[in-house]
Amino acid sequence: MRFLLIEDNVSLARATVDRLSLDGHVIDHAVCLADADSYIATADYDLILLDIMLPDGDGRSFLKRHRDALGSTPVIATTARSEVSDRVGILDLGADDYITKPFDFSELEARCRAVLRRRGGGASNIKILGDVRFDSLSGTLRVGDNTLHLRNRELRLFEIFAAAPEQIFSKSKLLDRLFPYDEEASENAIEVYVGRLRRHLQGSRAEIITVRGLGYRLSIE
Amino acid sequence: MSGTVHSRGSIRRRLMVQLLLGAAVLAIALFFIVQSLARQLAEESQDHILAAAASAILDAASVRQGELQLDLPYSAFSMLGNLSNDRVFYAIHFDDTFVTGYDDLPLALESNNFGPRFVTRLFRSEEVRIITAERRLASAGKPVTVEVALAQTRDGQRDQLNWISQTAATLGAGFFVSVAVLAFLAARSSISPLLRLTESVGRRGPQDLRPVAAPVPSEMAPLVAALNRFMDRLKTSLSRSEEFIADAAHRVRTPLATVRTQAEITYRRVEKEENRTSIREMIRAIDESSRAAGQMLDHAMVTLRTDHLEQAVVDLNTLSAEMVDRLRPMAELRDIDLVLNVLNKVATVGDAILIQGALRNILDNAIKYSSTDSTITLSVSQNAGWAQLKTNDQGIGFPENGVEALKNRYARGANVEGVVGSGLGLTIADEVARAHGGSLNIANNTEGPGACVTLSFPLC
Repeated sequence: MRFLLIEDNVSLARATVDRLSLDGHVIDHAVCLADADSYIATADYDLILLDIMLPDGDGRSFLKRHRDALGSTPVIATTARSEVSDRVGILDLGADDYITKPFDFSELEARCRAVLRRRGGGASNIKILGDVRFDSLSGTLRVGDNTLHLRNRELRLFEIFAAAPEQIFSKSKLLDRLFPYDEEASENAIEVYVGRLRRHLQGSRAEIITVRGLGYRLSIE
Repeated sequence: MSGTVHSRGSIRRRLMVQLLLGAAVLAIALFFIVQSLARQLAEESQDHILAAAASAILDAASVRQGELQLDLPYSAFSMLGNLSNDRVFYAIHFDDTFVTGYDDLPLALESNNFGPRFVTRLFRSEEVRIITAERRLASAGKPVTVEVALAQTRDGQRDQLNWISQTAATLGAGFFVSVAVLAFLAARSSISPLLRLTESVGRRGPQDLRPVAAPVPSEMAPLVAALNRFMDRLKTSLSRSEEFIADAAHRVRTPLATVRTQAEITYRRVEKEENRTSIREMIRAIDESSRAAGQMLDHAMVTLRTDHLEQAVVDLNTLSAEMVDRLRPMAELRDIDLVLNVLNKVATVGDAILIQGALRNILDNAIKYSSTDSTITLSVSQNAGWAQLKTNDQGIGFPENGVEALKNRYARGANVEGVVGSGLGLTIADEVARAHGGSLNIANNTEGPGACVTLSFPLC
């Protein structure tokens, strides 16, 4: 996905860009509203992360100004202020959601998914893997005539495999992606979710294969 | 918050009492002045007539060959009869010898001047006014004196005085009554700007700290100016506190956000298990401190806002739906279904931001302490006169003992080891509920495992 990050704190922005890049996203960083204006004019984004307190103005005025131009691009406001004081004003002015700093990237990912799903999304969410049709936005997997809904963790796990078929992922890497840091989880949990995915994929040409000592990979015959 | 006001005395009563006392004194004075004037007038007119009658009698007197010649003139008595039906007595002395009339009617004491002398005394057990007048005549070349004493009873005068007194009393009472009515009206009208001010300040909502703009009488201007200055200071201090809290959160959280993000990146890059464990610990500590800071500042904001609670109608159905929508992604991360179950349409009066905060804390807790692949249900209902937001989860529930103590600040259950938390969530929810006149009830589900947390608010 292509993100526009509007954030005036440079070190936080750099870290955020690095972190989102790890998940394979492309991020443009604007340090102020003027900067953001020129990015908006030149490129299309899947999602905008907008800090509410910026040196050259309030993020809310940016929202007001660009709501029409942004079209269906969702905006998630980021704020470090007290949740009690920020009210719903942010949402009233056209942000799709907001997230309080410091945020957990899995929370950000979850919120992105939720707002993208709400906005509909396009064909880019659909991946054909052999005879499996995977819609990452609605979280559905179609094998033959059979469509089933994946639960959130199954979805996120399958997304990782589907992004890079044949690549081997270690259990610990999968664990990092799947569980928030404040949750104790063992590698057995990964086995549980892989087991579920295997059941869903039964009867298709796609299969999750165990690579002894290394991890798992998605293989398509 | 409503402090007692010590009141002593009443302006209206003081004004009334003073005006009425003044009116009473004036009415009594009026009565006595009228009465004494009337008496004086009556006495003077009787004296004048007596004097005229006496002088008519004396005029008719003459001396012939040493003998007193006197025909009592009829006019003298008719003059006296004009005044009233009072009885008249007379006595005539010639050269200090009683001649005719009532010999027991005394003469007034001698005096040196020739003018008539008046005296009031009892005669035949009746009060009479006696005039004694004399005339000097010449008899055979030597002067002789004719003295006449003329007395008249005072019944008519007394009747007249009684009548005048009654009239004066009626006049005084009427004066008093009309002044009392005027005093009542004056007291009421002079107190009315104060009542209007009280009403206009009392009618205000707690967030309304605008200065009083309506015109007030000049005597009240200093009071209203002081009130306006006070409200201005209050407004400044409230908004400064809100700004401070929001600002503090910003300053604490932004660097924490940088650290956390860097830690996450590092965690992704390191391979060695012991390093990964310590970075995980680091991230947990950061989460813990940022959550604690956030909750403490939220708690401060809640305290501030409950102190001057907004009074707006809050649609609890919409509020719950929005909150569930907002938290659903977080629940989904752990494969938890967040279900909204609307049984009734309910609304309450209060501060929507605070109620949102309370509900968010409760749902946050439910998500944190629930196991994956479970369901959390938020039911919105009307129950026994209360609007209720009830959250049921299938998590670990509350410990058996000391459930109520969990509402205290920084108190955490004995069974929550390993879950990040500040111990302020239930405190915030409890304070918000109580500020709205409602309550927070925490218990375990009666059927099956999990907690049941109910926020109750008065229906509107």
